[in-house]
Amino acid sequence: MSDSQVQVIAQPEVHTHEHPPYQRHHFETYAQQNDATNFAMWLFLLTEVMFFGGLFTAYLIYRNWFYQAFVAGSHQLSIPLGGLNTLLLIISSFTMAMGVWSAEMRKKGALVLCLCLTMTLGLGFLGIKTIEYGEKIEKHHVPGFHYSLQSFLDPSSDEAAKAAGDKPLPLDMARHTEVYFSLYFAMTGMHALHMIIGVAILAFMIVRAQSGAYTTGHVTFVENFGLYWHFVDIVWIFLFPLLYLISRH
Amino acid sequence: MTETSENAIDHESPEVHEREHHIVSPRIYIMILLALLVGTAITVWASYVDLGEWRVAPGLVIFWNPIVALAIACTKATLVVLFFMHVKYGTKLTKLTVGSGIFTFLVLVGMTLADYFSRAWGRW
Repeated sequence: MSDSQVQVIAQPEVHTHEHPPYQRHHFETYAQQNDATNFAMWLFLLTEVMFFGGLFTAYLIYRNWFYQAFVAGSHQLSIPLGGLNTLLLIISSFTMAMGVWSAEMRKKGALVLCLCLTMTLGLGFLGIKTIEYGEKIEKHHVPGFHYSLQSFLDPSSDEAAKAAGDKPLPLDMARHTEVYFSLYFAMTGMHALHMIIGVAILAFMIVRAQSGAYTTGHVTFVENFGLYWHFVDIVWIFLFPLLYLISRH
Repeated sequence: MTETSENAIDHESPEVHEREHHIVSPRIYIMILLALLVGTAITVWASYVDLGEWRVAPGLVIFWNPIVALAIACTKATLVVLFFMHVKYGTKLTKLTVGSGIFTFLVLVGMTLADYFSRAWGRW
């Protein structure tokens, strides 16, 4: 009992703070701490790569098996909306990169502005995704009990299928369009979930950035969130051609 | 003895980690943004053109459209990883982590696809 009391009194003398307050005691330098955190973030992102990689692999295999169904399914997606979303996401990646730069240069106003822009673009992406999902719900293209094969059995009754010049599919192939939309919703849904999490963290960061938390030279959090945001961008860079584009010609 | 001296060196030279924090300039970010926008434009344009196919062998046909789309996507992803994600300016540890991760990913996907595509489905 008395031992611990002695320690408590002695503690302030033992610890001399020659390092910045945000540096943990078990790291020798701030750079070492930053490198270690960066490494951890990359390991997390690699697990994400494997996770999305499984979905992409499933998509490639099923596309090869049920080729006509996947072509007809992808003709139901809107390239203008998908393209617009790609633009929003790429620009948001740029504003995020500029946010990291602002934090590094200790420009508080610029950092808050960049984070706000990134969040707005992210919300814009989610808004457009909602419009796209809404259209799928309206046309009964969501896999499940209410799934409708009409657009694929009778393409002349469907605007998008007619525009793409689709031929009627035999019933067994038309049924496989449900596999396409299952993968479409699984992949874009998981991607959208990552976006929602990202936007939530951005909101948290904007509040913290306004109080100057990231412009003290401690940029690790902004930097690692940037890695996450760019990763989500990369997933979309692959989703857009695979789901929307490659069956268009 | 050598061990202690090595330890001493390790402790006295935090320079191993004291690499100057590299700040990527906005000029590079803008150039990458433009490259990504151009890449997006090209991939949308290319998707409307029928790029044909290559009949490698009976039963094995390679369509150029998906290949071109994926090549452009890979280029864009590489630009994002190298510049937006700072891997080009990162430590060797970061480079090794990213490189080995992508390598493992390609092995897993490649072998899975090779298995699925090379089986005589329904013919046994």
